[in-house]
Amino acid sequence: MTAGIANPGTLIGAVEIHKRTGGNASCVAKNKAFCLGWAIDNFDRYTTPLLNHLLLVMVAVAIGFTVAFTMALLSHGRRWLVPTFTGTTGVLYTIPSLAFIFLLLPVTGLGWTTAIIVLSVYTLQIIYRNTVAGLANVPAESKEAGLGMGMTDRQLLWRVELPLAVPEIIAGLRIATVSTVAIASLMVFANVDTLGGPLYQQITFKTNIVIAGGLTILMALAFDLLLLLTQRLLAPWRRSQELRV
Amino acid sequence: MNTTVIHLGFLSVFPDAIDFILHQQPARTGGVLVGGPDQTLHLVGQHLKVTFLALFAAVAIALPAGVILGHLRRGETVAVAIGNAGRAVPELALIAFVAAFIGVGLGNVTIAFAVLGIPPILTNTYVGISQVDRNAVEAARGMGMNALQIVVRVELPLAVPTIMAGVRTAAVNIIATVALASLAGVSTLGDYILGRNVYGDEGVVAGAILIALLTLTLELSLAGLQWLLTPRGLKLARAGAAA
Repeated sequence: MTAGIANPGTLIGAVEIHKRTGGNASCVAKNKAFCLGWAIDNFDRYTTPLLNHLLLVMVAVAIGFTVAFTMALLSHGRRWLVPTFTGTTGVLYTIPSLAFIFLLLPVTGLGWTTAIIVLSVYTLQIIYRNTVAGLANVPAESKEAGLGMGMTDRQLLWRVELPLAVPEIIAGLRIATVSTVAIASLMVFANVDTLGGPLYQQITFKTNIVIAGGLTILMALAFDLLLLLTQRLLAPWRRSQELRV
Repeated sequence: MNTTVIHLGFLSVFPDAIDFILHQQPARTGGVLVGGPDQTLHLVGQHLKVTFLALFAAVAIALPAGVILGHLRRGETVAVAIGNAGRAVPELALIAFVAAFIGVGLGNVTIAFAVLGIPPILTNTYVGISQVDRNAVEAARGMGMNALQIVVRVELPLAVPTIMAGVRTAAVNIIATVALASLAGVSTLGDYILGRNVYGDEGVVAGAILIALLTLTLELSLAGLQWLLTPRGLKLARAGAAA
């Protein structure tokens, strides 16, 4: 088993001030709001947490999307499944994240597996609900036009309904991804060194908090922007609608 | 001790966790006795104390702000943007930011978790109040009600379901993450779940079980409160719409 977590009772005392080398020593010693010199000299400390964070978010959202999208397709045309799936994903969503990690401790231990399970489970509800709503909002005329052209149900789904549902699906994906970036910080408690790692290790060192917290927020903004652009590319007709409003 | 765990399978940690809540046992670090009803009740009490302080602070700030903006039907962009931004706030970064820049201890920790609770309450209050049927507001004005009466007797009651949904989201977010207060010098159930070296796997799992139960209880209580606060006419209208 990987190394355990320090006793919180001693955490504040255990802050690793002695490791704050480099940069303007007096700035670090005084713990000023932001020590640029230290940040430049020590930025490499954040590379691994940043990459771990990025990888964890992408894997978790990809798995969550695959599962939720499959559920949405399964319940499409089987309306009785919708309340069951909505209820299940809703209940899973209310499990507190920290408790979830440690309830999995006896089952999957601590590590990437646990972190990925927890994060992908939280994405299910929003992606499922938005995909179902997107499919339900497809205008009846569009479906009739497709049927009139002689499409089968499968062709109708993939060529008419899903393309028209893209904006809602991506809107769900955006919310899910942005929340996952935020919750992924907590995965340091599942022993995955995300950007939560530096936060947890030196919780009173201001420069560290600014860098690690700032990188997390920037990552959320970057994902949000990327998905917004994807939506514009995949559903260009939406753009003109938005501009009109 | 570990051989028992292996023989009985990994699930034996769950009974061990219950045992940890009911009976004191030696700490993994040696010396003192930990766990048992006394320490557990103390930590549950602390957990609830921080949760409710933060929730009340969040309601005290976000509710009036949302009511004013909603009544005037202004600031929609701001109210909605704050709600969206709220989802992106990394809880750990927030508590670390408060601990580093403001300080540790109960008051500062309360501020951190109140910040976590403000966005859903503000957004839902704004949406709930601003979406009240204009005809209802006009009717109230025609009856001679002033702005305050309209807010208290018409807009707030009609917005109860939406507002309470926001309060529930905030409450669940707060109680689920208040464990992090243990990192900023305030004892909560976070002591158990973040203190594996001291409390062992059974202590960690005990803390997780308790946090999950507290969250569920709070969610159900607030759902009950929402039902009690919803005006009878609104319930009848919904039942009629559902039928």
